[in-house]
Amino acid sequence: MTENTVAGLVCPLPESDTETIQLAHGGGGRMMDRLLQNIIRPIFDNEQLQRRHDGAALDVDAPVAFTTDSYVVRPLFFPGGDIGTLAVNGTVNDLAMCGARAQWFSVAMILEEGFPIASLRRIALSMRSAADETGVQLVTGDTKVVERGKGDGIYISTTGVGRIVARQPVGPERVRQGDVIIVSGDIGRHGIAVMAAREKLGFETPIASDCAPLSEPVLALLNSGINVRCLRDLTRGGLASAVVEIAETAGVSIVLQEKAVPVPDDVTAACELLGLDPFHVANEGRFVVFVAPEDVERAVPVLHRYPVSGNAAVIGVVEDGPAGRVSCVGSLGVARSIDMLSGEQLPRIC
Amino acid sequence: MKFRDEYRDAEAARRMVEAIARTVTRRWTLMEVCGGQTHSIVRFGIDQLLPDTITLLHGPGCPVCVTPVSYVDKAIEIASRPEVILCTFGDMVRVPGTQGSLSTARSRGADVRIVYSPTEVLEVARAEPQREVVFFAVGFETTAPANATAAIQARREGLGNFSMLVSQVLVPPAITALLAAPDNHVQGFLAAGHVCTVMGYQAYRPIAERWQVPIVVTGFEPLDILEGIYRCIVQLEQGRAEVENQYSRAVRRGGNAVAQAAMDEVFQVTPRFWRGMGEIPDSGLGLSAAYADLDAERRFGSVTAKQETRGECMSGLVLRGERKPTDCPAFGKQCTPDHPLGVTMISSEGACAAYYRYRIHQRQAVTESE
Repeated sequence: MTENTVAGLVCPLPESDTETIQLAHGGGGRMMDRLLQNIIRPIFDNEQLQRRHDGAALDVDAPVAFTTDSYVVRPLFFPGGDIGTLAVNGTVNDLAMCGARAQWFSVAMILEEGFPIASLRRIALSMRSAADETGVQLVTGDTKVVERGKGDGIYISTTGVGRIVARQPVGPERVRQGDVIIVSGDIGRHGIAVMAAREKLGFETPIASDCAPLSEPVLALLNSGINVRCLRDLTRGGLASAVVEIAETAGVSIVLQEKAVPVPDDVTAACELLGLDPFHVANEGRFVVFVAPEDVERAVPVLHRYPVSGNAAVIGVVEDGPAGRVSCVGSLGVARSIDMLSGEQLPRIC
Repeated sequence: MKFRDEYRDAEAARRMVEAIARTVTRRWTLMEVCGGQTHSIVRFGIDQLLPDTITLLHGPGCPVCVTPVSYVDKAIEIASRPEVILCTFGDMVRVPGTQGSLSTARSRGADVRIVYSPTEVLEVARAEPQREVVFFAVGFETTAPANATAAIQARREGLGNFSMLVSQVLVPPAITALLAAPDNHVQGFLAAGHVCTVMGYQAYRPIAERWQVPIVVTGFEPLDILEGIYRCIVQLEQGRAEVENQYSRAVRRGGNAVAQAAMDEVFQVTPRFWRGMGEIPDSGLGLSAAYADLDAERRFGSVTAKQETRGECMSGLVLRGERKPTDCPAFGKQCTPDHPLGVTMISSEGACAAYYRYRIHQRQAVTESE
């Protein structure tokens, strides 16, 4: 049964006695206990969860990074991932951007009455497989059920803790004039994949989301002694919003080179068709890293060692200029402004 | 990317700019009609590559921008009825009417759905037979054929719960209206390539002749636009006023006959009120008598023309090409995409939105030097 198999994991237990989530599954009684016993605990089998305690007791002996995020996405399953992979990788990546290796995470799920239990199982298996990929462990969780029509199937919230491995602080405050900006790969796949799946746009070749854990290349950069000034994963709002946010916080100007920014042909084509700017399209497995100019030559090959950052490219520099100004030199050599996405991204009319 | 990158080639663009500079001997003012062309010009900085003697004015070719407030109000009123699902293209939901936009109506509970094509509206109508499904059909000649085809299909299937609130506009009458204005100073036009793929360019010949202006059917990529400008300037310098087709890879003289037949079957030419420009004779499309039963105005009451309110912004002047977005005192200060005062800032194809999006750093520089 493919439903129960994700990346080689097989759920050995029989289907539970109902096929859909019922309000009683959130009631704290037997049904809820059975749901946890039959679906959640077998998939995330570990000591902490077996203790069936109110929380996890963790042994922390070093500075840690701590992050939380919520996931709402329609459709729940899309080419290249699902809400479960997003929820785990999102938290792993947020910790990586703090210069930390993800160790533990919690999951809170809000389920809608009527949600298929098979889908819940599939999402939980995706989460387990994503967690295994980076070695992060689910240590505590919560489940609630809302009435039919009051949710979008499932909402997931994850919180993560990770040990900081960066030897010096990483953040916008360390960005200096002359720093070089590297993007870890081509941009725009996740946003277009989800939009195409949601709106049934039916592109000839489906575009797969770039959803992936970023900890490997980030930790490799930090461990190789490269002077990493700032890290930021590209999520909603895309490359543009991430870079503008850093320019504003750091109080610097940034100049990007349009030609240097890798955009896959199918993303370019979809953006042309829909009137979207790839710089504003969401990503879930890409980041920008600001490094000291003397370290660029070393940083790019480190990134190229990992498939997830195999197309890393130098895309711009930090320059002297007004705080928060980001411009991009276009194909004709004229600079244009780059701003954060304003409002929701809407397709044009003609 | 093939079929795109060659029209963005820096070296070819430089040669075209040089050709323009060699040709021009005096000041000329041109207008690009389409909002898509405006965006290309501002995004790639084409106006900044041209000699100072050439001024580009931005025309009214943004369908969202020219849709009158009264239609937006009507759409909101219809959408707010519990039995209605109102479908429209994305850009339209942000445009404010007298009281809020379709987006705010949605947050108050109206069932407003964004569609990518009119065929999706038919799917909604099929799936929800107990609801009234209203399609807010806006746009130029580019969207009219697909919108007409949806009406034909709905009729064929007998989808009794489908209707259309139509605010379709036509380009040639708007060009004539601009030329007829007493203070017009546009001397040549870049006509909108996509509109001409549907309609061809025969309709522009009488305009070029009557008003003695060159009209060059032009594409949307930087090199298309530069070539359109070059051809316009050559004509002006030689004292000619003809219709030329720069966008010959997509546009045929007679346009697309199948598309036109669908439009002719469903629509008829009507006078139309344009936001910022007032009423222009024969400049719109309404449902023809044969399709009148699909008219949402018949089912839910007709749109009542209201006086357009005058705000602090000058979007009307921008739409007529009389002012640049940066001439407006509110531009980038009280008026931004997050807090728009005028429709040209709201629509992604509006001229003010283009200037804001691509030229903020220049605006900052101006502010700093003040």
